[in-house]
Order: sequence, then C-alpha cells, then structure tokens
Amino acid sequence: MNRVLGDSANAYDEVKVMVGWFRGLCEKAFKRALWVFHANTGACNGCDIEVINVLTPYYDAERFGIRLVGSPRHADVIIITGPITRQSGPALERLIEAVPSPKLIIAVGSCPTGGNIWFDSYATHGGLAKFLSDRGIDIPVFYVPGCPPRPEAILYGVALALGLVDKKVAPKRLKQELLPPRKSS
Amino acid sequence: MIGSKLRELMVAIRGGAPRALVVTLPYPLGPGAKVPEGFRGKVEIDVSKCIGCSGCANVCPSRCIIPEDTSQLWRRMTIFRERCTYCARCQEVCQENAVTLTMEFELSTDNPGDLTDTWEVFMATCSRCGRCFKPKTVLDKMMETGYKPPMEKRYGAVATLSVK
Ligand code: SF4
Ligand code: SF4
Ligand code: SF4
Repeated sequence: MNRVLGDSANAYDEVKVMVGWFRGLCEKAFKRALWVFHANTGACNGCDIEVINVLTPYYDAERFGIRLVGSPRHADVIIITGPITRQSGPALERLIEAVPSPKLIIAVGSCPTGGNIWFDSYATHGGLAKFLSDRGIDIPVFYVPGCPPRPEAILYGVALALGLVDKKVAPKRLKQELLPPRKSS
Repeated sequence: MIGSKLRELMVAIRGGAPRALVVTLPYPLGPGAKVPEGFRGKVEIDVSKCIGCSGCANVCPSRCIIPEDTSQLWRRMTIFRERCTYCARCQEVCQENAVTLTMEFELSTDNPGDLTDTWEVFMATCSRCGRCFKPKTVLDKMMETGYKPPMEKRYGAVATLSVK
C-alpha cells in the first residue's frame, strides 16, 4: 500500500506497473485454463458419463484448468458428444456462435468423430467434420475416437489439445508381399 | 453422521496410503493408464494373414471396412476407424485371425483421416468371370488342410466363451 500511495509524483505509474504485473501473473496462470461447455447432440449417454469421470479426483482434468461451465458464453471449449442429430443441428450452430473466439471443439466419441453406425442415417448430420464443413465453420477440432472412449483417452485428447503430448496415429498404406508359389509335394 | 465421515476419511487415507494420500493418476503426464483385460481398442489388421474374404466388411455395423477390386489381381481394403464402434465383430468373424482389437486407445487426433488405413491383398483371378477370387496361397493351403478348417480354429473365441 505504501508503495502505491507514496507521496512521489509517479504514484500513478506505480499503479500501472502493479496492474501490469498482476495482468502478467493472470495471463501466466490462466493461459491454459480451458473452461468447457458440454453439449450432448444426441449421444447415448455413454460418452457423457466418461466425460464426467474425467472430472473426478481420480482422473482429475481440473489440474489442467479444465472446468465445466453452465453457459456457452463463459466457455473456451465445447465438448461435443453424439452424432449431431437433425434436431440438434440448429441448436449446435447457435451454441458455436455463442462461444467467444478463440474457441476450440473437443469431439468425444466415435459419434461426432465419424458418425458411428449412424454416419449415413437421414436423422443425423453424420459427424462433426461433415457438419462443420457443410456450414463453412472453421474451428480447430480435436477428435477422441472410442465408443465410449476410456477416460484416459479423453485426458489424452485434452492433453493433445493443450499441446502436452504428441499425436500417435497416422494413416497407413499396406500391401501384401507376393509370396513365392508353394511347391507341390 | 460424524461416524460415517470418519469412516470415509479412513477409507481415503488407506486407499491412498502407498502414494501419500494422492489418488489422482499421473496420466497423461506420467504412467498410469492401465487397460483392463479384454479391452477392445484400435482395430489392427495383419496384412500377411488377410485373404481378402471381406467377411469383416460384411458384418461391420458401421461399415468401416470397404473392399474394392482395383484390378483382377488386387483387392484394396480400407478401414475408416473414425466411426468404429469397437464391437469386435470383425475379429470374431475373421477366419484367418487377421483382425485384432488391440489395447491401444490413444487415438486422439485433429484430423479423422489419420485413422484410415488401406491394405491391399493379392488375389487369384476367377477363370470364369475374370474377377478377384480367393488368393492363390489360400488355394494352395486348402489342398493340404481340406475345405473346412478345424472346429476349434473356426470357433475358438466362441468356444472359450461358452466354457466359462
Ligand atoms: S460414441 Fe458410442 S458411447 Fe459415445 S455417444 Fe456415441 S454410441 Fe454412445
Ligand atoms: S481381415 Fe479377415 S475377415 Fe477381413 S477380409 Fe481379411 S481375412 Fe477376411
Ligand atoms: S470393431 Fe466393429 S465397428 Fe469396428 S471395424 Fe470391427 S466390426 Fe467394424
């Protein structure tokens, strides 16, 4: 207090320095705190239970600053579960708009990743990638395949989004080697 | 009320005792991702065993596995793992045990295309219609083993299940 209210003429500057220092501390502390809004777009509840599991003390996603919030306007990340049914499409579009930029989507489960067994159903949009590209929405998405994914797999996806781990999957092209013809006895 | 709280405390202390009251898994920053027995993870194909029968493609509920004949001699199989439901029907139906559901679960990616694999199988040409037929190696094998593989090999997984 003394420093701020000191009799020197540059008290105002000191306040500015302190505010700057405090802002720097906040930025450092909250750089990777992602507040998450969980949107169920027609999931069977399997993935939702696993998402809740990840927030328990055993898996503890909160140590990465992950916190569930109740309004998309408070969120940085949307966790999407479910294959995006036709009914939930417009709502999801409004939800994505409501989240302030910069935003990120974590798609949990095979449903949003590729549509699961409903990928060509008339009642779903067939996965998040298709949904976003149809509407021209350009947001980084991290996919966590699994039906439902293990809580560890969701943690891994979150860590991938935060840049803590490296991606392990890559497309493979394999070809059978031509075996020499078997000798007939 | 207080008694139950005390009991809860005792459970917490005893449960976390080896790691000094910490119950949280260090994963993903450290080890700790233990996968239970019988977990069904990423589908892996052993290309050298596959005979291109497309049985797996036939039973897959999400139609992950798509066979195409690129020529008279080559059948190309593609697996789109992004919509796999990990039901293991492909593993159950594969006669050659070429499909396994591994313990691998770290499949997260920013591009679903990373989960797609293709594998090409060398086939024989059918002498009547000119399309892909069973591969030559399998035909050779059949001359030795006969047309029906032994029962325990065909229904190995099912048999162990019913014994339990
Ligand atoms: S991915 Fe599987 S568990 Fe998750 S919502 Fe879809 S069907 Fe349910
Ligand atoms: S993986 Fe098995 S079931 Fe699928 S085509 Fe090959 S041999 Fe047939
Ligand atoms: S596990 Fe099931 S969904 Fe996945 S490839 Fe095999 S049959 Fe298809």
